Amino acid sequence: MPELARWYIKTSLVYLAAALLVGVALAVHRMTSLVPVLDFSGPAYIHLFVVGWLTQLIFGVAYWLFPRFSKASPYGHEYLGWGAYVLLNAGLILRAVAEPATGVMYGKGWRVALIGAALCQWAAGLLFTVYIWPRVRAK
Amino acid sequence: MPRLSCWFIRFALIHLVLGFTLGALMLAQKAGALGTAVWAFRVAHQEFLLAGFMLQLVFGVGFWILPRPVHPQHGWPMVAALILINAGVWLAAAGGTVPAWGGVAILGRLSETGAVGLFASTIWPRVRPFQHARG
Repeated sequence: MPELARWYIKTSLVYLAAALLVGVALAVHRMTSLVPVLDFSGPAYIHLFVVGWLTQLIFGVAYWLFPRFSKASPYGHEYLGWGAYVLLNAGLILRAVAEPATGVMYGKGWRVALIGAALCQWAAGLLFTVYIWPRVRAK
Repeated sequence: MPRLSCWFIRFALIHLVLGFTLGALMLAQKAGALGTAVWAFRVAHQEFLLAGFMLQLVFGVGFWILPRPVHPQHGWPMVAALILINAGVWLAAAGGTVPAWGGVAILGRLSETGAVGLFASTIWPRVRPFQHARG
């Protein structure tokens, strides 16, 4: 399994564990109010699952499994795949912090961070699509 | 990779980009960068990513990677599944975006269900023990 696929898949498992822990915190918070920031953590919790775990697992498995780019360069333009990995995770972490923070704290910095998170995740999706597109081909 | 799998996966990737674009717009709205009108696309965002991207990717990869059929299969059910899943995603997204189009959303869900039925019926006989696949 190539290095980038391992990074995607292992990171996705970390997000799965993180999402489950946030889920526990949210469940406890519903019974006995813990910290106000958890009132605004629902969307981040969902996205830790579907972007952090599922989407990232798909990216990793696709990178590993899809037909090779060429014999000389089996994984093609790998820097695009690495770029998508960095942007996806930077965007998701930024989102997981900034989104609940904007709910409890007023500050332009958090809002700028949220826009940064949106841009990073969007760019990651676009970059991975551009990267993997030539590897989606018939025999 | 079979040609049909390529089509499923390419459409899945297009929906990934569209879904991420709508998601980014909604997240930017939370920062006050855009108007609240973008929230009309919340159902489209979910539909594009869950059915358009993930489900369709599963169709494409499953059709490619599961053991070959023992007996020759017709190609039309998977072609119909490709048409139905994409039509269904867009109809369900449109129905969820325009409040008065509830009927369109129902049509979309039915279309998606039909696609799943066709995919499952194609894949079912291919899910079998390894020794049968070899034999």
